[in-house]
Amino acid sequence: MEFSTALVLNAIVAGVLLGGFYAAVSVGISISFGMLDVVNIAHPAFIIVGSYIAYIVNDRFGFDPIAVSIVLSPLLFALGLLIYRVYYVCFERRGLESLRGLAFFFGILFITEVALVLIFGVDYRLVETRYSSVTLRLGAVDFPLRLVVPFAVSLAMVIGLQIFLARTFFGRAVLAVAQDQLALRLMGINPVRVKEFAFALSIATAGVAGAFLIVIQPVQPAIGREYIGLVFAVCVLGGMGSIWGTLLGAFVLGLAESFTSTFFGPSWAPAVSFGTLLAALAFRPSGLLGR
Amino acid sequence: MSRLKSWLANGLIALVIALAGSAQAQQPLKIGFGMSLTGPLAGNGKAALISMQIWAEDVNAKGGLLGRKVELVYYDDQTNPSTVPSIYNKLLDVDKVDLVVSGYGTNVIAPAMPIMMQRNMVFMSLFGLNVNSKFSYDRYFQIMPAGPEPAIDWSRGFFDVGMSLSPKPQTVALVGADAEYPALALDGARANVKRLGLKVVYDKSYPPNTVDFSPIVRAIQATNPDIVFLASYPPDSAGMVRAVNEVGLKTRIFGGGLVGPQFASLRTQLGPLLNGIVNYESYTPEVASKYPFLDQFLAKYQGRAIKEGVDPLGFYLPPYAYAMMQVLEQAIRATGTLDQTQLAEYMHKYEFDTFVGKVRFAKNGEWSVPRMLTVQYHGVAGNDLEQWMRPGHVTVLYPAAYKTGDVKTPYQDNKK
Repeated sequence: MEFSTALVLNAIVAGVLLGGFYAAVSVGISISFGMLDVVNIAHPAFIIVGSYIAYIVNDRFGFDPIAVSIVLSPLLFALGLLIYRVYYVCFERRGLESLRGLAFFFGILFITEVALVLIFGVDYRLVETRYSSVTLRLGAVDFPLRLVVPFAVSLAMVIGLQIFLARTFFGRAVLAVAQDQLALRLMGINPVRVKEFAFALSIATAGVAGAFLIVIQPVQPAIGREYIGLVFAVCVLGGMGSIWGTLLGAFVLGLAESFTSTFFGPSWAPAVSFGTLLAALAFRPSGLLGR
Repeated sequence: MSRLKSWLANGLIALVIALAGSAQAQQPLKIGFGMSLTGPLAGNGKAALISMQIWAEDVNAKGGLLGRKVELVYYDDQTNPSTVPSIYNKLLDVDKVDLVVSGYGTNVIAPAMPIMMQRNMVFMSLFGLNVNSKFSYDRYFQIMPAGPEPAIDWSRGFFDVGMSLSPKPQTVALVGADAEYPALALDGARANVKRLGLKVVYDKSYPPNTVDFSPIVRAIQATNPDIVFLASYPPDSAGMVRAVNEVGLKTRIFGGGLVGPQFASLRTQLGPLLNGIVNYESYTPEVASKYPFLDQFLAKYQGRAIKEGVDPLGFYLPPYAYAMMQVLEQAIRATGTLDQTQLAEYMHKYEFDTFVGKVRFAKNGEWSVPRMLTVQYHGVAGNDLEQWMRPGHVTVLYPAAYKTGDVKTPYQDNKK
């Protein structure tokens, strides 16, 4: 396979755009698992819920799915508050290890999937937007808006989250609760409330990521399971609890996948991606930007 | 007195036998199967189930089979091959079904084969590609009209259409998902490529959960193939079609083995992006005159499908799911028995009259004559479903007996 300049440039662009999408689907896990130690394996199910919310509104009213998901993100935020409250009462308050909650979130994953099947059926759904079939061309490099728009919004979301966590009082409380809950309590802040808020935020990001997903590819209720490995891999590669690390990890995996697909064969893409993860952890066990 | 006792005993025995026979006759005739009611192929699975339920209702309205009411016993295989063996063991050992048929698709038919062979069951199967080539089971039957060499016949039409172009194509790119059906389809494509003396310039597969297909399409484009053959399932069919349009793939003929464009959901979602693609279909309204009894079934199916939120067109799988049950029905009525040996012998020997036409099986259980249509989509505008209900957007290219027009090339100039 020839390494022509056009192919290399397009592979870089495709990898970066894909990485932006991967960052969006993974940033919620970076918060819930990386910072809060909540093994929310049902995170992809909430991505699919976000996809279907975007689909319904787009199908009925023709509104842009990504705009809809941002406007309706408080709904998923509220859902996240409820789910964390149940999780806290059943597991954390009893002092159980986070892995004990795995079965709880597995249950939520399957209940959500079956509920979506019962309500929407099993057919694939896709949304149509004004930019779905538009590709911008800069010389020999393609920029399909189907991927560019989710990338841009994802970047804004991730950067916005990072600014919120680093610069606001409540954001810093979220970072603090990941480090020392007792110290936080001594400062007069209820760590449970902070974790509840942070978990709800992670679910809200999943909802927005779901809109990206249904813009990019068809969605059916069971498709969330295919993203379980990816979201945790990005979180671990980037460094647990690091938003910048999640972004960097997502770009690394996106580029690895894109280059492998282009030059060596797409079958190798998962092996190269996860091999990259293992290699990175071998040199930096805490992840690329983990502490 | 002893004679009276003997008479009474004989009468009692006769009464018990008569009651037992009557009870047996009243027991439903159970036909068991797994079906994809959830998972990636659930859209097809549910459509097939509706068709089989319509068949059962039709048969029961005529008095059932062998004096018994037909009852379908089925479980959701979740489009997951690992669930299939336990489903069929349960059907046979716990539910004690009288007959079994398969679920939908190569991936879930193959895992059931060892059980069928162990139990010597007739196994009527639904759209599995070349499953029996590895098993050579003499009680396997396939309702998909691929032909006696299914893997090769699957893409024969596509490549023969390609080779009808002038000048003749020289190079081909082969691509498909890493899954059972695409792997088998690509094997058959390679055999056709070898037969026709084409040069393979790209031959790779991709993971089914690939998100962005544009790197794959660009890599294919870099090899400048005359023909691009794709074997894919619905989500990656949609992904590849979108990527092909975004990258602006230039080739003379593109398509071949895409599962997905046959269904309403992908037709409405992809709409004009399907124009120019050469693909396979099992039925299209353009050839309705060749299937004189199908419209009654389709009207019944479409009414039910719309209510249940399943493929409202029903052109791909439903007619054949119904025909599969018609074959079993006719074999049972003709032999008057549920004996698996007699049924298998009958099914190998005779021709069946079904809604999809006459069906005759070859020695390996596949159709003795292929009848899968090679078509080209054209003139699709917008995303409404109504345009697909009528003839006008599908040109049948192969086989000759069903041909309605010629292929238009190159692909990139015929996307309208």
